[in-house]
Amino acid sequence: MTILVEQPSGSRRKTGLLELRGLAVEYGFGPRPARAVDGVDLALQEGEVLGLAGESGCGKTTIANAVLQILRPPARIAAGSILFEGEDILGKSTDDLRRYRWRNVSMVLQSAMNALNPVMRVGDQFVDAMRAHEKINRKRALARAGELLELVGIDHRRVSSYPHQLSGGMRQRVVIAMALSLEPELIILDEPTTALDVVVQREILQQVEALKRDFGFAVLFITHDLSLLLEFADRIAIMYAGEIVETAPAARLAENPQHPYTQGLLRSFPPLSGPLTPLTGIPGSPPDLRDPPTGCRFHPRCPHCLPEQADLYRRQTTERPTLRVIEQGHEVACHLVAEGAE
Amino acid sequence: MTAAAPLEVQSLTKHFPIGSAVRRAHVHAVDDVTFELRPGTITALVGESGSGKSTVARLLAHLDEPSSGAVLFEGSDVSHVRRRRDVLRYRSQVQIIFQDPFGSLNPVKTVRHHVERPLRIHRVVPSNQVEQRVHELLRTVGLVPPEDVAAKYPHELSGGQRQRVSIARALAVEPKVILADEPISMLDVSIRIGILNLMARLKEEHGIAFLYVTHDLASARYVADDILVMYAGQIVERGPIEDVLSEPLHPYTRLLLDAVPDPATKTDAQEIDLRKGDTSAAVDPSEGCRFRARCPLAIEICSQTTPQLVEARPRHAARCHVTAPAS
Repeated sequence: MTILVEQPSGSRRKTGLLELRGLAVEYGFGPRPARAVDGVDLALQEGEVLGLAGESGCGKTTIANAVLQILRPPARIAAGSILFEGEDILGKSTDDLRRYRWRNVSMVLQSAMNALNPVMRVGDQFVDAMRAHEKINRKRALARAGELLELVGIDHRRVSSYPHQLSGGMRQRVVIAMALSLEPELIILDEPTTALDVVVQREILQQVEALKRDFGFAVLFITHDLSLLLEFADRIAIMYAGEIVETAPAARLAENPQHPYTQGLLRSFPPLSGPLTPLTGIPGSPPDLRDPPTGCRFHPRCPHCLPEQADLYRRQTTERPTLRVIEQGHEVACHLVAEGAE
Repeated sequence: MTAAAPLEVQSLTKHFPIGSAVRRAHVHAVDDVTFELRPGTITALVGESGSGKSTVARLLAHLDEPSSGAVLFEGSDVSHVRRRRDVLRYRSQVQIIFQDPFGSLNPVKTVRHHVERPLRIHRVVPSNQVEQRVHELLRTVGLVPPEDVAAKYPHELSGGQRQRVSIARALAVEPKVILADEPISMLDVSIRIGILNLMARLKEEHGIAFLYVTHDLASARYVADDILVMYAGQIVERGPIEDVLSEPLHPYTRLLLDAVPDPATKTDAQEIDLRKGDTSAAVDPSEGCRFRARCPLAIEICSQTTPQLVEARPRHAARCHVTAPAS
């Protein structure tokens, strides 16, 4: 198959593709806006798969929307910056943002299969997306759409199908193919497989890995399913109540989680093989972000937050822990850990 | 077959017509499904979406009527009862919990209303004891302090708490059977275990027979005693869950197991052979195994004869010509 889709040149810097610095996003106005994202620092290297995990309402999708600059009122960026290849995108003009979306960064949503226009043939939807961003004639765009479909394992003749003629998994793959159509450097996958079966889920993730090998894009993979990230991500950031509480390479996070929240999440998955022990999950539920707990936001649910240890308890309940490097590439925001390290 | 099984399902079948009047076809959503739910056990029913697992739960809950086959409750067929009194009596013994804890509670009614209603409708306790029983039930499902929780509205509760309200409501009528249809799949990971632990406790303490419908094999293993694996409307494998998951007979069970993300085996090399899913296998199926198009083991007979469930090991049966051949 001839690839009309140009392969990216190999001469890219191996550093900072995307960098969030002190990012804060608020919802609502007045005296008590909810800070869905509160002071997040996060860096993504070229070609890296960064997993972002956390429970619903922790702010992970808000981060994705901020990176694409598609936040809508009442959400607004309250502080911080978002650097893409070193350039702050927050000051960009509408035209620049249009080019930046799709061409630099594209996104696949959880219900992406419903993102397709039901009364338009799949191929025409590709053509629209491509022609909005570059000068390409319809015929050529359709040919490229066919190739992109083949890349995600769908027969190229499906360009003339309507979305309802495809299964959920196929539609999700169509959306992934569309996200690839302008060869972005970064693809954001926001719960890309949550609505799908395990078998289809694996199929799609295997395809994304293969495509990544060919195209070399980076992935920001957002999901609540930590077990998925442990398998597919290079590095994982754990989010709780609007903050990053731990980041580490995937393998290290699995073996040596430091934050009690991460430990709790890992203890929430029963194993498929080996001995079965009673699991506890994490008691309580995530806080209301309009009124987050003082100090460490996890302290009301933390098994290590005990009034008996008066000094530590005071710090846990009044001081906000910051991310500290405890080992190369492994950062944790926890009073317990800060104590042991350094 | 013991007389102790409160709910027995025999050759349960449900066909849905699809297409237009001239090109009528039938989806065999549930085809010849037979099993029983025993007191104090949790039976997991797993399969991909469209496999018919939720239809089985709906048939058992008397929300749909089967095309053929029987649902025996304590020995008598209840699949076609129509009289309100009989339906009520059945529902007071067999309760269902749905996937969506947001959609299954009335947003303008308090928790008390939800739990109290079945107590009154089924006259479980005299009206002067209703209040007290509501509190007991809330305590049983871990919603404390019950006095406070009872006054709350659904929107004031988290997903996990709402699902607990659904369970308290189901428990109110002191059922012998609870059908749980994907009860944790919409909940956050950190609170899922709590609901599973609650199911396990209710099974132990109240001797309830659970049908746990799920697509999550790991959670099934954690909580269930037996497992039924469904594919395209048929049960393709059943048995004690440890036996089935450690030594699966059917190639579909094997495929499901391989597809589960397992942090313990992170490697890019371990790509499994995923054949194209074919969900149409249940539409007017022809003779032969419905899994054959995706099956790595398929042989000639698989496209000629429909395999039967064969007990290849003690209590462990599969519907496969290759791994569980009829003797």
